[in-house]
Amino acid sequence: MTKDECKQVVLDIIADIAPDEDLSNVKPEVRLRDQMQLDSMDFLDIVMELRKRHGIEVPEKDYQQLASLDSCAEYLTPKFDALTGKS
Amino acid sequence: MNTRSRYDVAIIGAGMSGLAAGIRLAHFGKKVCIFERHNAVGGLNSFYSIAGRKFDVGLHAMTNFVRPGVKGTPLGKLLRQLRIDRDEFALCEQKQSRIAFGPRGECSLRFTNDFAVFESEVVAAFPAQADGFRRLVTAVRTFDDVSLDAAPMSAREAVRRHVSDPLLEDMLFCPLMYYGSATERDMEFGQFAIMFKALFLEGFARPFEGVRVVLRVLLAKYRAAGGERRMKCGVKKISAHAGRASAILLDSGDEITADHVISSIGAPETDRLVATSASEPTTAPPTLSFVETISILDRQPAELGWGSDTIVFFNDSSRFDYVRPTEQVDPRSGVICIPNNFDYGAGRVLPEGIFRVTCLANHDRWATLPEADYQADKSRWFAEVQRSARRFLPALASDDALAAATLTTDMFTPRTIAKFTGHLGGAIYGATTKHRQGRTSLDNLYLCGTDQGFLGIVGAMLSGISMANYHILQKG
Repeated sequence: MTKDECKQVVLDIIADIAPDEDLSNVKPEVRLRDQMQLDSMDFLDIVMELRKRHGIEVPEKDYQQLASLDSCAEYLTPKFDALTGKS
Repeated sequence: MNTRSRYDVAIIGAGMSGLAAGIRLAHFGKKVCIFERHNAVGGLNSFYSIAGRKFDVGLHAMTNFVRPGVKGTPLGKLLRQLRIDRDEFALCEQKQSRIAFGPRGECSLRFTNDFAVFESEVVAAFPAQADGFRRLVTAVRTFDDVSLDAAPMSAREAVRRHVSDPLLEDMLFCPLMYYGSATERDMEFGQFAIMFKALFLEGFARPFEGVRVVLRVLLAKYRAAGGERRMKCGVKKISAHAGRASAILLDSGDEITADHVISSIGAPETDRLVATSASEPTTAPPTLSFVETISILDRQPAELGWGSDTIVFFNDSSRFDYVRPTEQVDPRSGVICIPNNFDYGAGRVLPEGIFRVTCLANHDRWATLPEADYQADKSRWFAEVQRSARRFLPALASDDALAAATLTTDMFTPRTIAKFTGHLGGAIYGATTKHRQGRTSLDNLYLCGTDQGFLGIVGAMLSGISMANYHILQKG
């Protein structure tokens, strides 16, 4: 999976859990929380949807890795690749 | 037919909170079943039919209404967490509501879903209190009301630090208490802040078809997520072993096991299910209950001159006494609801007029009456409650104009509430002690709903969501 594909996975999840947010101009390097109204309940849902849809586990100590789209891609892409057997 | 005997989570009660918890858990793959003793969902916010006519119970108005685009409020959180599109609720806003105090409602404060209206009414009626009122609003806005472990504080004391006129103080407390306080005379400040935001800073709305729209949406989500429910299937007992709920015994005699049990039926009611000789009930029974009169009219209330007010909170006495009456009913104060007076859009009106009045009542004075006395007392109080409430609405063209327009009436009492919801003492807002973290005497048994302490129907749903998240989903 490319990092851009990984970002799209996260954006798709946010689009479903926060349909009232405008996602057309999300800046990948800026914290998600600073660009839209996402609270801890919403971040819990991002984590849970990653598990439900993709089988990706994000332990609580790593939640901060999901702060921006860039950091999501850094953190999650290897996890996706590990699932599909790529290294 | 749902006949499994083992679930990840068993939920007791299919009210707003139980359904919301169920949706969350089922959505994330838990095997969930809701057990409901009644044949209808909704619990304290439900509806019933008599002669083909549907009556709402509970819901006068959905509080916490904000318009699309306003974020970070309870309604928005609820819609996101349950994956509900706000159009599904199709909420219609109130026209205006009032707080009317004095023997004829001489002092009246209007409010709408635009807070500036209420602020200007307060400033006009109480000019000397303007600064204090604004400081109070700031204190409410900045209060962290979602904390699950805030220290309790008296709302009366907190309000008096800013508002020195007892009339204004009582007028602020009256709607907030009537729409959610289980405690007499005072509220916990966190509860006050939640209710102040829900009623004044946010607002009132209602689906055209009433509470059943909300329930229909919740049921559809729950079903689509794979949740199961068993109706007319109450829980008789929760068995405990080594500090955990080991099994639940149904009225039918069947036994169910579950890793987690969430009870929405109230704290003392839950205690009773667990009770063994060794465990004393840990929660005081509730004290406050209500009566409500419902009149169905053959015309729109506007034709009687009652076309402006959606909700009116009234009190005729020098102070507002939010206490259990010694009589069967205390008609001095109460709440009028005219569901026709929401803005349903051009030319869209409810098919019949509805006029509802709610007053405080004493459960024990109703509970044990023989049937004939019960019916006689109901008729007597019906007239008394309506007579009291009418003082706070525009005068009718003639004294018997309301009776002439009335097609049918109904009335519920504390006895009705206890019978259909199973809540001890006919309680609407639960026990006086709240359990914000939802913990009970057993490790895997949690509370949600009124006794967890989030208020109103939006609060009830958020309670179910929060408890499902906190105790089960966050733990993986």
